[in-house]
Amino acid sequence: MILQDWDGAFAMTPFRDAFGEAVRLLATGDEKLYEIVALSLQVSLSAVVIAALIGLPLAALIAIARFPGRGAVIAVMNALLGLPPVVVGLVVYLTLSRAGPLGDLGLLFTPTAMVVAQSILVTPIVAAIAHRTLEDFHAEYAEEFACFRMSRLEIAWTLLVEARLSLATALAAGFGRAVAEVGAVMIVGGNIDGVTRVMTTAIALETSKGDLALALGLGVVLLGIALTINAVAFALRGLAARHAGEVGSEARPVRAGRVR
Amino acid sequence: MLTLVFASLSRRAALAAAGAALAAGLALGGPAAHAGERFITVASTTSTANSGLFDHLLPKFEAKTGVEVRVVAVGTGQAIRLARNGDADVLFVHHKPSEEAFVADGFGVERFDVMYNDFVLVGPKHDPAGVAGTDGVDAALRAIATAQAPFASRGDDSGTHKREVSLWKAAGVETDGAWRRETGSGMGATLNTAVGMGAYAMTDRATWLAFENKGDYRIVSEGDAKLFNQYGVIAVSKETFGHVKQDLAQQFVDWLISPEGQKLIAGYKRGGEQLFFPNAGGQS
Repeated sequence: MILQDWDGAFAMTPFRDAFGEAVRLLATGDEKLYEIVALSLQVSLSAVVIAALIGLPLAALIAIARFPGRGAVIAVMNALLGLPPVVVGLVVYLTLSRAGPLGDLGLLFTPTAMVVAQSILVTPIVAAIAHRTLEDFHAEYAEEFACFRMSRLEIAWTLLVEARLSLATALAAGFGRAVAEVGAVMIVGGNIDGVTRVMTTAIALETSKGDLALALGLGVVLLGIALTINAVAFALRGLAARHAGEVGSEARPVRAGRVR
Repeated sequence: MLTLVFASLSRRAALAAAGAALAAGLALGGPAAHAGERFITVASTTSTANSGLFDHLLPKFEAKTGVEVRVVAVGTGQAIRLARNGDADVLFVHHKPSEEAFVADGFGVERFDVMYNDFVLVGPKHDPAGVAGTDGVDAALRAIATAQAPFASRGDDSGTHKREVSLWKAAGVETDGAWRRETGSGMGATLNTAVGMGAYAMTDRATWLAFENKGDYRIVSEGDAKLFNQYGVIAVSKETFGHVKQDLAQQFVDWLISPEGQKLIAGYKRGGEQLFFPNAGGQS
């Protein structure tokens, strides 16, 4: 009975049609689709860049410095990984609403509001993953740093530069979270046609219209974008691994020589 | 030497600076920049947006006036909350008592009837509760309750949900049973759920006609006067919110209830059927 209903409702056709839709959307150069894809990339990449500017220095600081409350910062950072996008959206909405504290900026229902929400969502991810990477690097080079009596700022900068390829993973994870979430951008963006409609909100909209093939087709396009970004990150990480292989096991003498 | 390290660091710093500049460009540029001030935000319902009505109307209004209309389509309850927070210039929804309260509380200038359609009950073709044979919506709802047949309710404080709740009450039916399930989501999502689990549902006719995942579903009850669905439009008052673009908003409202707007509403069809019936002027 249930199976029968399931068959009737979600017959296989949406799956079959979805790829056709995806190909059709891309092939016909659907202008609206490109607009939506471009806005998705613009919003999510901006959010990742902001998250990097905040999250990477924070991660370096926590990796290097020992200060009171450091444990609490790490705990909060890790807890924020589980932040539901809808909650972030709601908080940003209440802040940017005309009735809220920053209402006068008039930012609600703009791409900027969406960047703000996604930055909040993504910063803990970038910071937490980067922290782990940087702590490993720091442990590896701690002696050298001590030896050269580098300032904390110099150490932080050196760590970030040396680990840059591995940090691509953190940024890719952040981007994945940003570009895939729908809860926050739906609330603060409003899914306005031509202004704040992105891939995920368009998918939600087409689903609610019952056009499952088109919704899934958009999903296939989104997946393609995510795959591309991750392939780049994976390649960078491979590069980082080779780099680590060259200087890694034999790292100390080679590296020390270079710095000296 | 260390100087060497710092030489290479500064090159990287330049790269980082370039990256930051790019980021600033990403964050600040784009669609927000070309917006200008000639736009209004309309808080409306999913039925008007999902049915394609706005895609049909707005280009004509924008071509005529140069005012861009930005629609945020949510449930009536949420739309009213957005407007009460001053986050919209126009409210275009379908729950008259809430709309009148909105004006009475000083948030809106004046409420106008725009158009109507009706609600319908939809269900699976084999109609397990035998709803199709009933006369009137009261009997239809009682048949569903008696059969304990699954019913998917919006449960989201939308105009449709409020109407549904009052219809159950009018039919004298207790709705505590496990057979009535609240989806807590929009009309389209609720219809998807209903079709998926073989439940009955109440929907506005426009959303139903435009809905593309009907499966074997059909209308099982319609035509009762209690299923009448009136849409109203209100410009948000700038006396309450100084930033609201009341003049542009009123221009949009006036256009909707003008002969031109009304004619366009009447002319909107899906699959040969008219979705909304203009009735500005209060003859509802």
